[in-house]
Amino acid sequence: MTTSLTPDAATASLAGSAGARAVARATTGVADETTPDVEIVDVTKRFGAVTAVDRMRLSISRGEFYSLLGPSGCGKTTTLRMIAGFEQPTEGEIFLDGKPIAGIPPYRRNVNTVFQHYALFPHMDVARNVGYGLRQRKVAKVEEARRVGEALALVRLAGYERRRTWEMSGGQQQRVALARALVNHPTVLLLDEPLGALDLKLRKEMQLELKALQREVGITFVYVTHDQEEALTMSDVIVVMRDGRIQQQGDPTELYECPTNRFVADFLGSSNFIAATVEGVDASSRTATVRSDRGLVLRGTVTDPAAAIAAGDAVTVATRPERLEVRPDDGAAPGAAPGWTELAGRIRQGTYLGDHSEYRVVTDLAGELIVRRQNTVGAGSALGGGPGDPVVVRWHETANLILVG
Amino acid sequence: MATALTPTPARTGGGRAKSALLTGALLLPASIWYLFLLVLPMGFVVAFSFGEKARNGGYTPAFTLDNYGQVMKGADPFLESLKLATAGTFLTLLVALPLAYFLATRAGSRKGLFVLLLVIPFWTSFLIRTYSWLIVLGRGNLGGFIGGLLGDPNFRLLGTPGAILLGLVYGYLPLMIFPLYVTLERMDRSLIEASKDLGAGRWATFRQITLPIALPGLVTGSILVFIPMMGEYVIPQILGYGRTFLIGNALVLDFLEARNWPLGSAKAVVLIATMLITISVYVWFVNRGRQARGVGVLGARPP
Ligand SMILES: Nc1ncnc2c1ncn2[C@@H]1O[C@H](COP(=O)(O)OP(=O)(O)OP(=O)(O)O)[C@@H](O)[C@H]1O
Ligand SMILES: [Mg+2]
Repeated sequence: MTTSLTPDAATASLAGSAGARAVARATTGVADETTPDVEIVDVTKRFGAVTAVDRMRLSISRGEFYSLLGPSGCGKTTTLRMIAGFEQPTEGEIFLDGKPIAGIPPYRRNVNTVFQHYALFPHMDVARNVGYGLRQRKVAKVEEARRVGEALALVRLAGYERRRTWEMSGGQQQRVALARALVNHPTVLLLDEPLGALDLKLRKEMQLELKALQREVGITFVYVTHDQEEALTMSDVIVVMRDGRIQQQGDPTELYECPTNRFVADFLGSSNFIAATVEGVDASSRTATVRSDRGLVLRGTVTDPAAAIAAGDAVTVATRPERLEVRPDDGAAPGAAPGWTELAGRIRQGTYLGDHSEYRVVTDLAGELIVRRQNTVGAGSALGGGPGDPVVVRWHETANLILVG
Repeated sequence: MATALTPTPARTGGGRAKSALLTGALLLPASIWYLFLLVLPMGFVVAFSFGEKARNGGYTPAFTLDNYGQVMKGADPFLESLKLATAGTFLTLLVALPLAYFLATRAGSRKGLFVLLLVIPFWTSFLIRTYSWLIVLGRGNLGGFIGGLLGDPNFRLLGTPGAILLGLVYGYLPLMIFPLYVTLERMDRSLIEASKDLGAGRWATFRQITLPIALPGLVTGSILVFIPMMGEYVIPQILGYGRTFLIGNALVLDFLEARNWPLGSAKAVVLIATMLITISVYVWFVNRGRQARGVGVLGARPP
């Protein structure tokens, strides 16, 4: 998949520069391959009374695709701007390649940014836009032309050198912005919601392409988004933020399967939440037995390894809608198999969503539950009947995630 | 094309007539204004420039090129005006550019206040403002003060080309600032960040990004300032004590004192031609630079 995207020569050159960097590091002795590219140590950023970033601590490893994910205003852009040098931390320190970068202006940091609205220079054609960074470093004209050509080939825009940027489509402008940044071989590439302005189809295409590109050039990407699906698609590591604080970080599977708090469980995908009290804890398997406020007894996994819980503590049980099953109530007495929870309920609302249907089921013991059902046999998968119909919801205890707070 | 876009052909004719009427109504006042205050007088001036002076002054119809011959012999006032207007435009630009840049990018929420401060002096009459410089620059004030610093009791500011330039810059500054301010204000701030991100320092960013993007405003402002400076008469008369003989002085002399209307008209025609040529050369020069850099000529750029 990736090879078809990229001419080999272009890749080799960009990859070669990463190698050169490694050599440079080895000889200076400042950093080695295990030094993170970016290290954010206890950084706080305040704008007057607003704390945009709050005691952030993050280590961004070399060559990986990091996503900063969170709702609007959680400090994602501010974090990027501090790495780029457009903002200075109020407290704490940022290290780039093992060296502190406080006081170094943006134009002397080996970091490049792809701006949300591309920020292409309107008075320059594509080639001059892409070559801008090289010209600032007094790269010879011939060399500039060669590298611009390579970078454009890398983003599949070979032959567009003389185009005016405003004549190009959003997706093409996006690629020009990408080429303009990549051509400089930055240590880290920062991307602030670069796909925000594209339509859904193009967005999905660009997501895969960006990820493939990142693999090939081996440059560390720090990608800002508030779109959880985008983060899941592309990232090696997702960092979930809220109100300037990191909530959790990990690879997509880990984050989705093992959210350690309610915010993450809700923001990444969706979850059913049941308030409960701890009855007993099995420390060795990190499982706990809890009783819901309405008396439903559930067993589940404690996701946060740092959480110390004991009997009597208030917790939240989270279950993913796709882990729940629903079937029409056939009148048979609910007799659940070991490890399974089975509840009778009534449909409040059913929504057909093409590939799946979503049902809101009201149960006595667990309140309203959202159940997702794949439409594997087309519309025939849908439950018959409508609102008010009796159904049975069941799920296995491995679906229960016990969250503290 | 219009028919293809209009749903009902029956309404097209009426609609078109109506819209033509509206267009006409909108253009009417301006057309009358142009006709009676620009085209007709210009026609008279051109016609007069080929005529002869009547015995008691004024104009008699004739066809002669003598007036132009005479103008060419005494080209000094043109050169003086051209020098003054060029220097004045350049100085105005030097003052206006940083100011407009500050207003557009750094003034923040106080922007409105600064713009107001710039505009307020212009609520007073032009003559009063110019006369007040007489006091400021006079021997009792700035002139004397600088003279004192230089230890030269005969030092004067008033009556020098310097005083004229100062008056010109002061008088025409807003005409330069506003077009510049508007283009700079409209400029996407993230372009400056992108430039710095790509390794350009402040000055390099200003030279390669800000200035070229502000160019249309700069050209507009320069033309707006240059034209009236070419014909300027009052400021040199007041602050320069009329010691520099400019094209304005020449026109006054010909029309009002010598009453040689044909000669004055010929000078006016040459003045207009000089301005047109200067501005055309200027715009051509700017556009050549823009084309060399792979961007369209002025006015051809989409929004
Ligand atoms: N220059 C600034 N001056 C004052 N407050 C600011 C400034 N920049 C950001 N903030 C505030 O800091 C907080 C974080 O902003 P930031 O732009 O980092 O959020 P974000 O996560 O990027 O949000 P979005 O998804 O909407 O882009 C917000 O409350 C914002 O209002
Ligand atoms: Mg943002």
